[in-house]
Amino acid sequence: MEIPAARDPVQAARDAFGDAILHVKHFRGETTLVVAAARLPELLGFFRASPGLVYNMLSDVSAVDYYPDDFGAAYDGSQSDYRPERYGVCYHILSMLYNRRLRIKAFAPADDPRLPSGTVVFPAANWLEREIADMMGIAFDDHPDPRRLLMPEDWHGHPHRRDYPLGKETVAFSFNVEEIHAHKPFAKD
Amino acid sequence: MAVAAPSQEASLEEQRRWEGNLEQLRGLVTERAVSGDTMLLNMGPHHPSTHGVLRLLLELDGEQIVTCLPDIGFLHTGIEKSIEDKSYEKAVPLTDRMDYLSPMSNNMAYAAAVEKLLDLDVPERGQIIRVVCLELARCASHLVWLGTHAIDMGAMSVLLYAFRERERILGMFEMLSGQRMMSSYIRPGGVWRDVPAEFLPTLKQFLADFPYKVDDYEALLTQNPIWKDRSQGVGVVEPDVALAYGMTGPALRGSGVNWDLRKAQPYSGYETYDFNVPLGEHGDVYDRYLIRIHEFRESLKILQQALARLERTQGPTRSENRKYCPPLRSELGQSMEAVIHHFKLWTYGYDAPDDEIYSAIESPRGEIGCYIHGTGANKPRRVHFKTPSFMHISALPVVSKGYLLADMVAIIGSVDIVLGDCDR
Repeated sequence: MEIPAARDPVQAARDAFGDAILHVKHFRGETTLVVAAARLPELLGFFRASPGLVYNMLSDVSAVDYYPDDFGAAYDGSQSDYRPERYGVCYHILSMLYNRRLRIKAFAPADDPRLPSGTVVFPAANWLEREIADMMGIAFDDHPDPRRLLMPEDWHGHPHRRDYPLGKETVAFSFNVEEIHAHKPFAKD
Repeated sequence: MAVAAPSQEASLEEQRRWEGNLEQLRGLVTERAVSGDTMLLNMGPHHPSTHGVLRLLLELDGEQIVTCLPDIGFLHTGIEKSIEDKSYEKAVPLTDRMDYLSPMSNNMAYAAAVEKLLDLDVPERGQIIRVVCLELARCASHLVWLGTHAIDMGAMSVLLYAFRERERILGMFEMLSGQRMMSSYIRPGGVWRDVPAEFLPTLKQFLADFPYKVDDYEALLTQNPIWKDRSQGVGVVEPDVALAYGMTGPALRGSGVNWDLRKAQPYSGYETYDFNVPLGEHGDVYDRYLIRIHEFRESLKILQQALARLERTQGPTRSENRKYCPPLRSELGQSMEAVIHHFKLWTYGYDAPDDEIYSAIESPRGEIGCYIHGTGANKPRRVHFKTPSFMHISALPVVSKGYLLADMVAIIGSVDIVLGDCDR
């Protein structure tokens, strides 16, 4: 069987999706495509099934929080990066046939972060997205099983957010408990 | 399946019923379980054959598994979050604690990612020592897998033999790093320090003995009719299912998919070693067992070659880029420059670019990926580990569907999960 020649993923995506490709970045030999969030599953499906691309495996889904001031209008743009919103979610896909990786990145806004789920294309995204929904608080539409994964069901807050306190907390006594609670948005409820 | 608050309408009497409130499981298990036609069984988190604190909620029709709902998070230690508060070098000891059966692989996954982010090179001798550590870790991890997998299936004595050899590997790790398990030996830029003089003879002796020990394990299990009965045709994973659910490592190769990152995307000089990647045929528990047994022999081949190279190479084991790697202790007495670098690197650390990378290595269990997003300063914005156990547990419902309850134990053992690796 003849294997179709490898296509340039950036050019192929631009040809097929045009405006949905918002930004392209190359760093340390890795390619990142920032895409419009609404068309994410469609794009993942395109990369999985198109001849010459065949990104047949989802390696990882990871999320990053650009809090407090490295995103949106406040971001000065001096770096090569592109950060229109607070949360970025990266789908790392791998093509075993052509032995290369690609990062598809979508952004979610700070208020009501929400993305369409990639589980329909890659079943492997199920738990990876659940982890992000749990730890980063980004909701995935049409996710088959949107329960919390690592944290207890009744936990408040999302620990991997950058504004979530990381230890080193003052021990609460009756004289300072009010003051501590004023600084900890998640401890009260 | 943490218990949701019982609905207000349910009467007190109803809440006290021994089976609890089944309404919360609607949609996750079949309707037959809610109506009481099938049985719900809780396996773990303290069950010895779940290999740690994994809880499985099983829906059983007789002894047949209809649905399996894994529940994880009991061993969640917030490693990814803690790393956000540490400079890059100081996060290495945390990575040891993820997959506690092969800490060296975690160190390597993290170190490789930081090196990629910084564009840092590793000297040749450092790479060779890394390969030695990684392959010894692979043997040590497979030995624990072999012993526990066998004892789960009723073969008691293999555990004792496997742990006897593992002790020798841990002894060698202690020689290298001072620690048997949490070694933190592989660090960004190379390894902590050169191997001590007594390491090479010990390794040589181990390499001379170990092939016969592998033969012993095989003599106990490979042709054993009970072992074959329990494992052949059980837990079959089709290659396309394995790929769709992101399975990697021996669990993927057991289904016949030829994918090993050591061959496909070599790191640490693996492309210069001569070794084979064993592949399975049927994708069942037995094939995954055979693959790991063959991996012992392939690891030994790599170790032999690495040992020969260690004996003839000299030179630094860690990058000499003093902006990233601290100077040797011996330099501190003679060089002001060295003192400055030492002080700077152990207090502040170093800055890494405000950008993201993903790098992956082949651990004993599969692909450990590390995603790092820097801040431009000395601490990362986000570190995420994609771990093989996490993906394998998420695939358990598909792998175990339709098999018997007793097969579940074999399936869990054969995909080789570590809960520290899964929950991080």
